[in-house]
Amino acid sequence: MATAAIPVPEGTIIVGKPKWRPLEGEGNLAMLLLLPTVALLMMFIAYPFVRGILLAVTNSKVGQMGEFVGFENFARLLKDPIFHAVVYNTFLYTFVTTIFKLILGLWLALLLNRDFKFKAFTRAFILLPFIVPTVLACFAWKWMFDPTFSVLNWMLFKLGIVAAGAGVNWLGDGDMAMLSIMIVNIWRGVPFFAISLMAGLQTISPDLGEAAAIDGAKPWQRFWYITWPLLMPVTMVVMLFSVIQTFSDFQIVYVMTGGGPANATHLFATYAYQLGVGTGLLSQGAAVSLAMFPLLFGIVIFQLMYIRRVETR
Amino acid sequence: MSSVQIRDVRKSFGTFEVLHGVSIPIEDGEFVVLVGPSGCGKSTLLRMLAGLENITSGTISIGDRVVNNVQPKERDIAMVFQNYALYPHMTVADNMGFSLKLRGARQEEISSRVNRAAEILALTPLLERYPRQLSGGQRQRVAMGRAIVRDPQVFLFDEPLSNLDAKLRVAMRTEIKELHQRLKTTTVYVTHDQIEAMTMADKIVVMHDGIVEQMGTPLELYDKPDNQFVAGFIGSPAMNFLKGKLKVNGAATFEGPNGIKLPLKTVPGNSDGRPVVYGVRPEHFTIADDGAEAEIVVVEPTGSETQVFAKLGGEQVVAVFRERHQFSPGDKVRLRPDPTLVHLFDETTGKRMNA
Repeated sequence: MATAAIPVPEGTIIVGKPKWRPLEGEGNLAMLLLLPTVALLMMFIAYPFVRGILLAVTNSKVGQMGEFVGFENFARLLKDPIFHAVVYNTFLYTFVTTIFKLILGLWLALLLNRDFKFKAFTRAFILLPFIVPTVLACFAWKWMFDPTFSVLNWMLFKLGIVAAGAGVNWLGDGDMAMLSIMIVNIWRGVPFFAISLMAGLQTISPDLGEAAAIDGAKPWQRFWYITWPLLMPVTMVVMLFSVIQTFSDFQIVYVMTGGGPANATHLFATYAYQLGVGTGLLSQGAAVSLAMFPLLFGIVIFQLMYIRRVETR
Repeated sequence: MSSVQIRDVRKSFGTFEVLHGVSIPIEDGEFVVLVGPSGCGKSTLLRMLAGLENITSGTISIGDRVVNNVQPKERDIAMVFQNYALYPHMTVADNMGFSLKLRGARQEEISSRVNRAAEILALTPLLERYPRQLSGGQRQRVAMGRAIVRDPQVFLFDEPLSNLDAKLRVAMRTEIKELHQRLKTTTVYVTHDQIEAMTMADKIVVMHDGIVEQMGTPLELYDKPDNQFVAGFIGSPAMNFLKGKLKVNGAATFEGPNGIKLPLKTVPGNSDGRPVVYGVRPEHFTIADDGAEAEIVVVEPTGSETQVFAKLGGEQVVAVFRERHQFSPGDKVRLRPDPTLVHLFDETTGKRMNA
């Protein structure tokens, strides 16, 4: 059946009624797209943080709401000798392990950046300590550090360095325990440094090294004048991540020493956990973790400023 | 300044040989251009000269010293890379002074030599800038500055102009040539652009598939190419090639595709009926009544000259005329090659046959 066309005067332009399309405005769309992120950030970062602050200014214990006590918890920490040790331990632990991770990671990265057989395989293999669940790896290390039956003491004995039955008391002595957890942290952290720095090395054009060689640079001068400064931005970002992670490290210490012997290896996170959850003094635990915040904040700001300076150069 | 001798140099990567015995004598102060299509081994040869690649066999000497086992930094050469390889974290002045600094030169000496080089290259106002704040042409000049500051025995250039736009390329070409005339340092320059080679070189070395096809002055190569490859590579637009046979009965002629006859001046003896390739440059065609008939396909005027693509005996050829003709596609014209300027090549070996 043919439909009769509705007569329209010539020259008329027919425009449909505009539909209501709220998402076509950029502002509305932006809000909508931001919503999930904001919600997640609020739920998992802002809320716990605020909650921690609220907890730290009360005297709550497990099963007891507690009352507002102001900065009493923080004042107590200032006089707490264990807390003093925790601050010292955390700085020492972070400083020593980061230096070693950087040196070893850089060395590995430079080696891996060369051309050799089974390159891809080796590169993947290097990542292993990073992939293994930390807690499992820490249990394995704990066995290796066992004073009586461990492989480390067995090797020292076989090499004639220690007498039978007089092995190193790895985790039982305060200083040795600190050394032990540092070794584990370095072992676990080096792959991250190595892989990230290698990625950084690959962005440096090989022409620059060749140009420097023609300019008369010896291999160490090529590294010192060309590679190292050009790698600096990547190095700083890797260091930043590593420092944050190491400063708030928990798993290694918790599994290997539990902060002992005699609080010799407590870090911020483990001490906060012991006070807050282990002992049930929630507010004091919260105060310890919050005390970490300004220190870490200072370090991060310093590093970010440095990165900025390096990058705008 | 120094002469450079490349003697029977070979290069293999694994079992794959890329240079099959290359010998090039380079005189003191000479500007030599290595030219050839990509993959011909010219850049590899330059890198061997610089010491960035090992020499599989043969010898390279700079001055009277064989440098096969000499480290790049001991060779007293300077190289300009295709992408300039400027140190991005150093200022222009530091880039240029880096080699002097490594050599342990005093600060005053470094700045005076950097300043002198900067003056030559008009870089003085840019000395405190970083490479990323420079334009392509300026970076190119800094790379050259870095080379001349050292006052080396030999300059090496690895396709230095290929990252520049056409106009800048022409300008820099002149600048490099001027610089060479001023400093008179032995220079080896690698390019795939035959116009760069023609305009800049004292001596051109045409390379192809790891061998030297021909060596000579630009005009020698243009006038008397040794073989069909060189003939086709040098000159723009490229030489026209037509396959056919020689006829020596009576006046020597070339019998091309579809029976067209083209003139010849001389032919080698005993060559009647021999299959050959007849080469004629586009600029050596004239319009003449006794020419061979051709049908015009496309006309491209450039202002100074006109390129005409035409079918000659069914084969497409290109002719260039300085004078203006009113041609349109489909027109029939009579093209006559200048018989004194045609080239004959053996059809199988591609070797030049006429003197």
